[in-house]
Amino acid sequence: MNIEVRPGERAPERAKARVGIFDCDIHPKSSLEDLRPYLSNRWWDYLQTYGQRQRHGYVKGFPYPKSQPLASRRDSWPPDGGLPASNLDFMRQQHLDLYGIEYGVMNPLSPTGQGEQNDELSAAMAFAANEDQLARWNAREPRLKASVVIPYENSELAVAEIRKRAGDRRFAHALFLSRTSELLGKRRYWPIFEAAVEAGLPVGVHVFGSSGRPMSNTGWPSFYIEEITEHSASLQASVASLIVEGVFERYPELKIVLIEAGFAWIPALGWRLDQNWKRMKDEVPHLRRAPSEYLRQHFWVSTQPMEEAEDPDHVIDVMEWIGWDKILFASDYPHWDFDDPFTALPPSLSEERRNQIYSGNAKALYRFD
Amino acid sequence: MSSAFNAIDCDVHPTVPDMKALLPYLDDFWRETVEERGINSLETVTYPPNAPLSARPEWRSRNGRAATAASELTAQVCDRWRAELAILNCLYGVGLLFSEDMAAAFTRALNDWVAKEWLDRDPRLRASIVIPMQNTEHAVDEIERCASDRRFVQILVLAMQETPLGRRHLWPIYAAAERHGLPLGIHAGSTYRHSITSLGWPSYYIEDYASHTQAFQSQVASLVCEGVFAKYPGLKVVLIESGVTWLPGFLWRFSKFWRGVRSEVPWVDRPPAEIVRDHVRLTIQPFDAPGDPDEVERVIDHLRSDAILLYASDFPHWQFDGDETLPAGIPAALRRRILVDNPLATYDRLQSR
Repeated sequence: MNIEVRPGERAPERAKARVGIFDCDIHPKSSLEDLRPYLSNRWWDYLQTYGQRQRHGYVKGFPYPKSQPLASRRDSWPPDGGLPASNLDFMRQQHLDLYGIEYGVMNPLSPTGQGEQNDELSAAMAFAANEDQLARWNAREPRLKASVVIPYENSELAVAEIRKRAGDRRFAHALFLSRTSELLGKRRYWPIFEAAVEAGLPVGVHVFGSSGRPMSNTGWPSFYIEEITEHSASLQASVASLIVEGVFERYPELKIVLIEAGFAWIPALGWRLDQNWKRMKDEVPHLRRAPSEYLRQHFWVSTQPMEEAEDPDHVIDVMEWIGWDKILFASDYPHWDFDDPFTALPPSLSEERRNQIYSGNAKALYRFD
Repeated sequence: MSSAFNAIDCDVHPTVPDMKALLPYLDDFWRETVEERGINSLETVTYPPNAPLSARPEWRSRNGRAATAASELTAQVCDRWRAELAILNCLYGVGLLFSEDMAAAFTRALNDWVAKEWLDRDPRLRASIVIPMQNTEHAVDEIERCASDRRFVQILVLAMQETPLGRRHLWPIYAAAERHGLPLGIHAGSTYRHSITSLGWPSYYIEDYASHTQAFQSQVASLVCEGVFAKYPGLKVVLIESGVTWLPGFLWRFSKFWRGVRSEVPWVDRPPAEIVRDHVRLTIQPFDAPGDPDEVERVIDHLRSDAILLYASDFPHWQFDGDETLPAGIPAALRRRILVDNPLATYDRLQSR
């Protein structure tokens, strides 16, 4: 996890020995200044005066202070003095070239305006974040694909942003953060799913963001370790909601990618929903199949932070239950809990499984080739 | 000693018919309050009375209710399924009240009702002390008041509270629990202080019921991270009606993050998975089992403990059909531990019959 990476010692020969890696979670960093060319004066001035209000209390920083500055690897601060993952050349050297990344999906986290209290500002910032991904990153490094950052709390504005990007193959998926103000399966979000399906885009859901609700259904925990642990519990509620509300009956082409949420909880959630669905089908007549079948068909998961059981074979059991075709490698560069592409997967996996997870599954899902 | 038992059922539910049943256990002021203010029922939507899960159809009497009398419950749980002891967990909604004073009075009445109408009627019954979490002092008082009756074998709280259970203002409760040899039982349910998921109110009851496992994850994380088990090394926690299969994956994530950021909680001086295996137990219904018994066996293996599961039928909730009280796929060698040895090791007070 949080260790110094020493470029050069082992990279060259190992990188060659592997298929190109498809990294489904990279966090490029932009500043508000970087977004300025794409923001109107009205919103630029607003941000200067009132700043962002993102359903939590702080002007700068996070409700739960991270374990280290910007939750980033201590070796990821570029030599130019900028922020981690703000310098493309350094990102190439430390990550893209070192590991032989063939494609990387950018999931910008901030500043992007997601979860902003003011819907119009959220939409303006999402647009700017998308333009910035294209201009400062993808145009210079085509291996890096963009996310359609959407102002998801207002479906009309989110749909408009997706439609702007429809057909543009530089974009990988439409991006939500997981801490939405309501459960993801609620009707208010359905137009967004419809637009994503129309545009042929999967929907990525990356953990974090601010819901405005307590982090757990039993109130606010005290510690950062609880916050990061509980993101998977929080997302379980939205996954159940997407299934039980019948979103996949309405949008059978919809594909959901769960990013940085862990994956070991997926089978147990399906078993629990199935168990109760069997006795209470009459409550949800719109479901035509067992909940676990929607889970198996419509959801993809990214690997980082890679599950580590005391007995590594137990993780293999879970991967098998999820489906080998649904697991996507992600590094989370440059964050502290970064997974090293050379060592993250359980060593006992066959070459075929490794190739699926490192590249094949993501290529089939995102279809950039 | 354990050879004297076939089974110990660690989770059964007596049903309070209505508020009238509690009137004899309230003083004049509160009796008048109930009547004057028209407080007829404290049943909760955690178990909508007519929902299939709330009571298996054949156990409902003509009025649609189940388990309203001790004999109804023991006929099934003790006679048919051969449990020599069964622990009553009463889920009547006193924990949802906002007035601390009303909560304390109604909770006292509830515990007295359980002692008189249930424990006195069948020597095979044991019970949990329901405690008013609305006020820590009141909660401790209720533990002290009931603890001398050795038929009360644990304290009982709902899984979704106003704050996570590890928080320091609640620690006097754990000191009292440890002092009296009473495990802390955390049962599925909510005090409805927050939406039932951390992302809001779901549309369907199936989602409501699924959300309990999320609260259990948060509670285990809170109890470990706040240092409850470091402060009270004798404290045992039983997760009741929590589901089981979510636990291994949760512990992997929790233990991994602990390795990364443990400096934040320096009193957590070993992997959370180890702490949980030492201090936390789970009742076996519902198990939330995979369909295939071989997979059940694999999940049991993932738990890495033959001491962690306790037998429970969850009567009258509809968790299984027929007499399949244990999910198919539990290894034979583990059955006796689940049915008898583990409950005895968990509940000190069961050992002196």
